[in-house]
Amino acid sequence: MSQYQEKATVIRTEQFSEKNYRLTLDSPDIARSAKAGQFVMIRAGFGKDPLLRRPFSIHQTSTNGQIQIYFKIVGRGTDMLARIKAGDDLSVFGPLGKGFVIHENFPALIVGGGLGIAPMLFLAKSICRLKGDCGNDQIILGGREKVEVEPLVKDFKEFGIKMLLATDDGSYGHHGLVTDILSSLELHNRCTVYTCGPEPMMARVYEICKVRNVACQVSVESVMACGMGACLGCSRPTSKGTYAHVCLNGPVFKAEELVWNS
Amino acid sequence: MEFVNSRKDDLPDLRVNIGSLKIANPVMTASGTFGYAREFENLMNLHRLGAVIVKGISLYPRAGNPPPRIVETACGMLNSIGLQNVGVDRFISEKMAYLAELNIPVIVNILGDSLAEYQEITTRLCGVPGVAGIEVNISCPNVKKGGVAFGTDPSMAAAVTEAVKERADVPVMVKLSPNVSDIALVARAVEDSGADSISLINTLIGMAVDLKTRRPVLANVIGGLSGPAIKPVALRMVYQVASVVSIPVIGIGGIETAEDALEFMLAGATAIQIGTASFVNPRASEEVVEGIGNYVISEKLPSVRDIIGQLSVDLQ
Ligand SMILES: Cc1cc2nc3c(=O)[nH]c(=O)nc-3n(C[C@H](O)[C@H](O)[C@H](O)COP(=O)(O)OP(=O)(O)OC[C@H]3O[C@@H](n4cnc5c(N)ncnc54)[C@H](O)[C@@H]3O)c2cc1C
Ligand SMILES: Cc1cc2nc3c(=O)[nH]c(=O)nc-3n(C[C@H](O)[C@H](O)[C@H](O)COP(=O)(O)O)c2cc1C
Ligand code: FES
Repeated sequence: MSQYQEKATVIRTEQFSEKNYRLTLDSPDIARSAKAGQFVMIRAGFGKDPLLRRPFSIHQTSTNGQIQIYFKIVGRGTDMLARIKAGDDLSVFGPLGKGFVIHENFPALIVGGGLGIAPMLFLAKSICRLKGDCGNDQIILGGREKVEVEPLVKDFKEFGIKMLLATDDGSYGHHGLVTDILSSLELHNRCTVYTCGPEPMMARVYEICKVRNVACQVSVESVMACGMGACLGCSRPTSKGTYAHVCLNGPVFKAEELVWNS
Repeated sequence: MEFVNSRKDDLPDLRVNIGSLKIANPVMTASGTFGYAREFENLMNLHRLGAVIVKGISLYPRAGNPPPRIVETACGMLNSIGLQNVGVDRFISEKMAYLAELNIPVIVNILGDSLAEYQEITTRLCGVPGVAGIEVNISCPNVKKGGVAFGTDPSMAAAVTEAVKERADVPVMVKLSPNVSDIALVARAVEDSGADSISLINTLIGMAVDLKTRRPVLANVIGGLSGPAIKPVALRMVYQVASVVSIPVIGIGGIETAEDALEFMLAGATAIQIGTASFVNPRASEEVVEGIGNYVISEKLPSVRDIIGQLSVDLQ
């Protein structure tokens, strides 16, 4: 497992809404070795403040050595990243963590909500590439409003996976939650549900999977200082009563490994 | 005297002695910020380090504190990891073989909640191949004294030092807590009790509050402040301690660059440790070694030892 600290040039910046952005970075070592579900740690500046790197899922990689991150402004670091211009350099560290486990022979159902859509493009791409044909797989994407979902749909559609969409305010797709859609679907008993999004959403997805007795993989967040197992700061309680470290044991876990507050 | 000049002429002489422990350069990794070193093997050249200090080890495994355990603050971070570690036996059986193979001095940081625990860990580390020294974290609560940290009281600090020295078969470095009113007093007590060297500072106790939730950010309420924010305090304490003890002093606190490291050495540190900086830049420690080397060359110093304690102070 190799990790790299790269000086990545920003190739392209895209603004999807007031707060949602996507950056394309030239980061060949990371692009070459990344797996779906892994993340990178990015320095928002070069000074002493803000000090720590920020974790972001790898949104997708390209064969010409680029990676993308898709993010929302929530604080100082993300605000600084939103102001980055094409041609600027960023210090990017990765790929980090354990990604999704893909089962070649059984259907996949991807459920992404809000910023949780970020890692799902890379996952969908990897599943389709591995299987060749993703006719039995499905994706449910949701957000609060249209601008959180619609700008991303085009990239997902490229592989021909069946897509189901939802927004809380009904401005795009189904009026309601991704979990409403999930509940209404028939699930193959050997399918795997992959989910990333707000905690209550993931907890609900896992509940549904438990009832239907299907496998569920979740990608979770935690505050991080190092992203690579050195600080032990990113702990998360497990169902065994111990702590897992999100950067090392995750960010993708089998849902049953973690404690969920519903 | 002890430094036979066997080096190639183009390489700067970075060797320093921490008492009887001879290291190739003055840069060590600070406990709790470098895992068990293996985490960094693909990110830097571990062989460039003067020494590795590993995550603090207790007698029995500790699970650590509930999350959130860390929060970023201005130019620094607070942590309340809660001294999570695998315990001394698993450390020896699972981690030590790799570390011994590295062929760089490995200093084991130990912690306990009683004198007996400190002694027992020290005993179990005796004769373990690869262990070059012990660093004693005395910033831990003394359970028998109602949870007051050993390091905050000169007599308790002295008692821990004595207890560990009694059993240790390698040099003992005592790591001071900065959360005291007179650091020089603790340092002298530790020196008098036989410490071979003193490292400082451990983290400063701090706190962060979330206005929105009206709660402390850390689950543990309080945590240890580290990073560039603490460097001025650390420098001051290293200066004060180096002025009153005659054993080597190792400077820690907010060191990110060779310049930072050299400032500590001027203030009296024989060596330094890199902590939080490794989280931001996993190669920080190696880059500091390189930077110190460049400084020694550009200043035409015979060796890095020539700047230790060379601070000019005009006292009025
Ligand atoms: C594995 C992983 C993958 C992530 N992927 C994405 C992604 O693809 N897109 C995206 O928009 N966001 C993602 N996040 C969340 C993202 O890291 C935070 O939004 C970001 O760190 C906020 O930084 P800030 O300086 O803007 O906010 P501030 O609130 O100012 O940050 C203060 C500190 O808290 C930390 N922090 C704040 N919010 C979070 C959070 N939700 N998770 C972890 N740390 C946080 C920051 O890193 C920083 O150390 C991911 C988090 C993790 C752990
Ligand atoms: C996440 C974290 C964990 C730490 N764990 C330990 C520890 O187990 N034992 C110890 O003696 N010091 C521990 N420390 C303190 C550091 O070794 C160091 O003294 C302190 O962080 C100041 O240096 P810095 O500013 O360079 O980080 C820890 C610090 C951090 C940030
Ligand atoms: S973020 Fe440092 S151990 Fe996970």
